[in-house]
Amino acid sequence: MIKLLSGNEALALGAYHAGVKIATAYPGTPSTEILESLARHDDIYAEWSTNEKVAMEVAMGAAYAGIRSLVSLKQVGLNVASDPFIAASTTGINAGMVIICADDPGIHSSQNEQDNRRYAKLAKVPMLEPSDSQEAYKLMAYAFDISEKFDTPVLVRVTTRISHSRSVVEVNQKKLAPARQANFHYDAKKYVMLPIHARLRHPLITERLAKVAAYAETFPFNQTLWGEHRLGIVTSGVAYQYAREAFPQASFLKLGMTYPLPQNLLLNFAAQVDRVIVIEELDPFLQENIQAMGIKVMGKEFIPAEGELNVDIIEQGGQRTGLLPEASSRHVEDTALDLPKRPPLLCPGCPHTGTFFTLSNIGKRSKPMKSRVKTPKESSLIITGDIGCYTLGTYPPLSAMDTCVCMGASIGTALGMEKAGIAKKLVAVIGDSTFMHSGITGLVNAVYTKGQITIIILDNSTTAMTGHQEHPGTGISAQGKKTKAVELEQLVRGIGVSDVKVVDAFNMKQLRNAIKSALESPELSVIIVRGACSVRLPTRSEPRAIDTEKCNLCGICLQLGCSAIQREKERVYIDTSLCVGDACTICQQICPRQAIDQQSKIEAAKSL
Amino acid sequence: MKKLDMLVTGVGGQGVILATDIIGEAALIAGYDVKKTDTLGMAQRGGSVVSHMRIGQRVYSPLIRKGDVDILVAFEKLEAARWCYYLRPGGIALINNLALPPSSVNMGNERYPSDKEITDILKRQTDRIYFIDGTHRARELGNIRTLNIFMLGTASVFVPLEVHVWEAGMSQRLSPNIREINITAFHNGRKEMRSVHL
Repeated sequence: MIKLLSGNEALALGAYHAGVKIATAYPGTPSTEILESLARHDDIYAEWSTNEKVAMEVAMGAAYAGIRSLVSLKQVGLNVASDPFIAASTTGINAGMVIICADDPGIHSSQNEQDNRRYAKLAKVPMLEPSDSQEAYKLMAYAFDISEKFDTPVLVRVTTRISHSRSVVEVNQKKLAPARQANFHYDAKKYVMLPIHARLRHPLITERLAKVAAYAETFPFNQTLWGEHRLGIVTSGVAYQYAREAFPQASFLKLGMTYPLPQNLLLNFAAQVDRVIVIEELDPFLQENIQAMGIKVMGKEFIPAEGELNVDIIEQGGQRTGLLPEASSRHVEDTALDLPKRPPLLCPGCPHTGTFFTLSNIGKRSKPMKSRVKTPKESSLIITGDIGCYTLGTYPPLSAMDTCVCMGASIGTALGMEKAGIAKKLVAVIGDSTFMHSGITGLVNAVYTKGQITIIILDNSTTAMTGHQEHPGTGISAQGKKTKAVELEQLVRGIGVSDVKVVDAFNMKQLRNAIKSALESPELSVIIVRGACSVRLPTRSEPRAIDTEKCNLCGICLQLGCSAIQREKERVYIDTSLCVGDACTICQQICPRQAIDQQSKIEAAKSL
Repeated sequence: MKKLDMLVTGVGGQGVILATDIIGEAALIAGYDVKKTDTLGMAQRGGSVVSHMRIGQRVYSPLIRKGDVDILVAFEKLEAARWCYYLRPGGIALINNLALPPSSVNMGNERYPSDKEITDILKRQTDRIYFIDGTHRARELGNIRTLNIFMLGTASVFVPLEVHVWEAGMSQRLSPNIREINITAFHNGRKEMRSVHL
């Protein structure tokens, strides 16, 4: 059967057909759709774990119990999960355990650009890299088999361009692996990592790696594709596809297993070509490891180590080194440079808008419409942000975020600033899913150290940015079943915060009063701002409109940054196809001239 | 058909990705190798979205090279100008006659280009530029969300795939409750191009 599958769908289907029974993840672009696809199968267990560390531990437990398990995460997710990841490598497993890690070269949706191939070397685990959806599908069966054969977790490393590209996949109709019964046998030397046991494991890991390296020599996805012998290219992943187009005549050694490397295969390949180059995205990972074998290769001398590659970049690199003829006709001018940018925005009706507008207003951060000031004035409060849709509150006109670094960091960062002696008011802003992920420990720390900061938890009861995944606070499982919800307010109070308020995200007066009183309070305050994500509104009610006779173009509504509110020369109007109506009404509440109301009411008033 | 590279662009929420998914299914049914990839940045809504669609006997890179696009389909005018440098000389540009000013324009910090400026930018790449009242036509049909499929219909005139293949592609990707209206929108798009001098 032939299908057009994204890399993520192909990985999920490959894992399913390979007999995975337990799948865990925390949502993160570009990896999210892997677990979403797996969760649709009723005969496996899939969960959105609290965070990636927990996901890794749950999968590890399943693998210890003899059941094939899978963790999927994004590159920074593996940072969070690195402790149990390396632990699983140390103990080994009792059934196949595969970790799919999706890196994000080009930083399409991340806070950094890190090359997680280095984690394979750090953890001493085998790593596989597919170069399209077909390979993604096929490699999963190998990943589980390698895991069991060598008693090791296996890392499958993909990138955004593999995860989010669709290509043709031939799918096996039948499941490949038989079902197993869970079983766990006492083996303290393997599973209890006291120093005395861990010391015994380390030589076994070294031995294991040597065995996998020997296996890599004949691994079917390490393929030599002969072309001209003048130039040999070692490559993997999506970089292979680009290199193949830029150098159609060259010979290729295309690696499906990029750690450990097949030394003899590489030596043979190098011996049969005049010159070897490595084409890889991000770090010189292959290059360094191949150079360490004594093979003379170049790569990062002409292929950038930052950003996402494409055929043009590789071709230009080839031209710079004289490997390709200079082509003059292909010069293409980028017309986009002078055009207005279109950054992503908070949606119309977003429950975060009111909070950021209020913070921006209290902190005197936003630029008044008619002022010539380009940047916001020095603010009277510092807002440490976190990771989610609400990071978009950074953009003008809201301009309501000073830091955003990694999941859950808002609380610790604000506390650190307070302890450092910053005299301004400090506000940490964090979403409900991010708070569950890694804000809880930060809050425990702030209570323990008598912090005086204000923490705003933006509770839209979903993980919105990655496409509305469930989390422990929503009461719904990854597979759509009703389950127990962790109550945010109880959790915060239980940690020891006494000043806790729950406010309506769309009640501007309530919001302003709560934030003002928290900022004035000398103790640690938590405000839970609750409001549903507008993308998930079941129905829309009558949109709002602006009464042009009352409007004096003060521009206050435009400072919400709501994309439904638009300006056309000397007129401000609401795009009725975008406005969500009754569910929001924030602009109506803040308009100083009461010029905003339901369209029908404005028209009725006019006809009187 | 030896190869066809299409770039479909628009603003988040306009249905760019669904449109190229359908092209992909149709080309697959017709027996071609297919690759497509979307670049949508970090947001759900409102950002610039571009989808690369490659059809051929054997496709390697999922990303189209700059200057190689045969057909550019833009659901919004500014996005047409933003991505037209991907067009090959003499390629086809199909542009929905709709301006959605970004927030920087609404705030008065940047200026939305005039129709003449947009046309001038496009003309650097090609003379085969078609402005189409897609939003208007979708609204006439009774559902503005059919804009993407209407535009797909206009593009289909330039793609050597048979109508029943397109319909099969749409059936694969559209849920039954919206299938009929979208297939109508697709045929309206094809009709629209008949009235244009090609």
